[in-house]
Amino acid sequence: MEEDARAVSLLKTTQLTKYFGETHAVDHVDFTVTEGEVLALIGSNGAGKTTLINLISGLIPVDSGAIVFQGADITRDSIHEKIARGIARSFQLVNLFDQLTTLDNLALAIFSRDGKTRKLFTLSDADRAVRDEAVAVLQQFGLANKAGMVAGGLSQGERKLLDVAVAYALKPKLLFLDEPTSGVSTREKAPIMDIITSVVRAGKITAVIVEHDMDVVFKYCPRIVAMHQGTILADGTPEEIRNNAQVTANLLGAQAQS
Amino acid sequence: MSPVSGPNRRVLVAAGPIVVVLLILPWVVEPYQTVLLSYGLVFAIAALGFNLLLGYTGLLSFGHSAYFGVGAYAVAFTVKYLKVGSMELLLLAGILASALVAAVFGLVCVRYTRIFFGILTLALSQVLWSLAFKFFWVTGGTDGLRVPTPTLLGVSIDAGQDKMAFLAHRYYYYVLVLFVAATAVMWVIVHSPFGKALQAIRDNETRAEFVGVQVWHYRWVAFLISGVFTGLAGALWVPLNGLTTPDILVWNFSGEIVFFTVLGGFKTFAGPIVGAVVFNYLKTFAVGYTVYWQMFLGVVLVTLVLALPTGIMGMVARLSQKWSQKWKRTPAP
Repeated sequence: MEEDARAVSLLKTTQLTKYFGETHAVDHVDFTVTEGEVLALIGSNGAGKTTLINLISGLIPVDSGAIVFQGADITRDSIHEKIARGIARSFQLVNLFDQLTTLDNLALAIFSRDGKTRKLFTLSDADRAVRDEAVAVLQQFGLANKAGMVAGGLSQGERKLLDVAVAYALKPKLLFLDEPTSGVSTREKAPIMDIITSVVRAGKITAVIVEHDMDVVFKYCPRIVAMHQGTILADGTPEEIRNNAQVTANLLGAQAQS
Repeated sequence: MSPVSGPNRRVLVAAGPIVVVLLILPWVVEPYQTVLLSYGLVFAIAALGFNLLLGYTGLLSFGHSAYFGVGAYAVAFTVKYLKVGSMELLLLAGILASALVAAVFGLVCVRYTRIFFGILTLALSQVLWSLAFKFFWVTGGTDGLRVPTPTLLGVSIDAGQDKMAFLAHRYYYYVLVLFVAATAVMWVIVHSPFGKALQAIRDNETRAEFVGVQVWHYRWVAFLISGVFTGLAGALWVPLNGLTTPDILVWNFSGEIVFFTVLGGFKTFAGPIVGAVVFNYLKTFAVGYTVYWQMFLGVVLVTLVLALPTGIMGMVARLSQKWSQKWKRTPAP
């Protein structure tokens, strides 16, 4: 892929490695994300996509290698420190606060981002600025009419959107979206991706989307990184990825046959 | 949005008449009944503290007798060794001691969850019980320590006044004021951004981490607050009871605090309060009528878990919702 001279590297991993016993989940991966881009991370099951974002976001510890974010080494940073630096994520299996309302799920993210969750003696409902911002985010994600509903009662598509909205409400610089359309019907995929990509682009957020559905990837992501058996197989535009023989043999071919 | 929004205002409106009834109660019922209710209100403060952990943070403690007992023994030690008679100073001693113990025990316990957390809290409370039991030259052993009637706001019991009358009026109102204050403070805490963070931890610890909530730090603060509320209850309980013994530190009493909360319903704010008051009446009734009172309470607990898993307040909420829906469906004449 041709490098843009003005592009600023936001994230860079060097020889990042994670083994689970004999399984080389992520094997000496060099991966770069440029500020402002929306890229897709593709690969078959077990390719190492989710492990890679688990390592970068701090969910699991790194075996070896380095992660540099905005010039700072964050390899050993805690989740909390990474969130504070501006790295947020959503989850493949939806992770929400099921007994809280949709609005409170977002309000909590905003309170946390603004350092207000330490406040013990003020009513959360009384913070109008936070409530208004939470409602605005819900509107962006098309969930405004679900504000008072507990998150556990939402449909799968709505839960997926809320999962992304909670991460988005942290106003991250880099947002990892782990399979944002998994578990939803084919009919729902495009509207969900339309909402997510338009919100992310409007917010000028750099996003890395892990996705299985190649139609979704080719439509929404100008750069694609393909992983296979813990390593990066290819990195390029949708056209370059389509025409890459290794990718076709290992990923696209397999998908076409399935 | 006003600081007291719709649902919050409804709660305040509902609480008003209850407080009025509690205020006039000593003038219309026997002193014994008022004292019994004082015990219930004291236990309710402990249950409020306990439920901050169970209902709002998702941590089941089997060792809350520790903080109740520390509050009680701190009062007894302050009376015995420092000759203090002011209830306000005694409360301060109870709160500080329980805060210190909860802060230290919390550091050990909050890094664990589920059964590991429960067992650790139980084990630590048993350590305190054994200390109170074995160091009898300090604690009075099984005889316990007597606590004379304290002064309230600098005013001591009237010369020749019956202690029962003192407990049923002046001490009752003292307990009532602190109960209302403790309930109001806890209400604000659970509806604060901090309270929302605790509920988020309860629902999904991993996601809470990923919105920037430092889980163990928030759990520790919740543990500390919970211990302080329970310690305050212990400090208020001693003058009512007249003495404290190691029985209040033993795990059975931790079980009773769990019982209050399950009986009332741990998923509602008012549940533990109702549960504590009702349990106190149930136990008093059972102890007075049968030597098999423990079996009676056991049957109540089993029935409760099977038939009313959401407790008394959960059932009340369900019934009121059902009736309001029925009311809405009934066409106007």
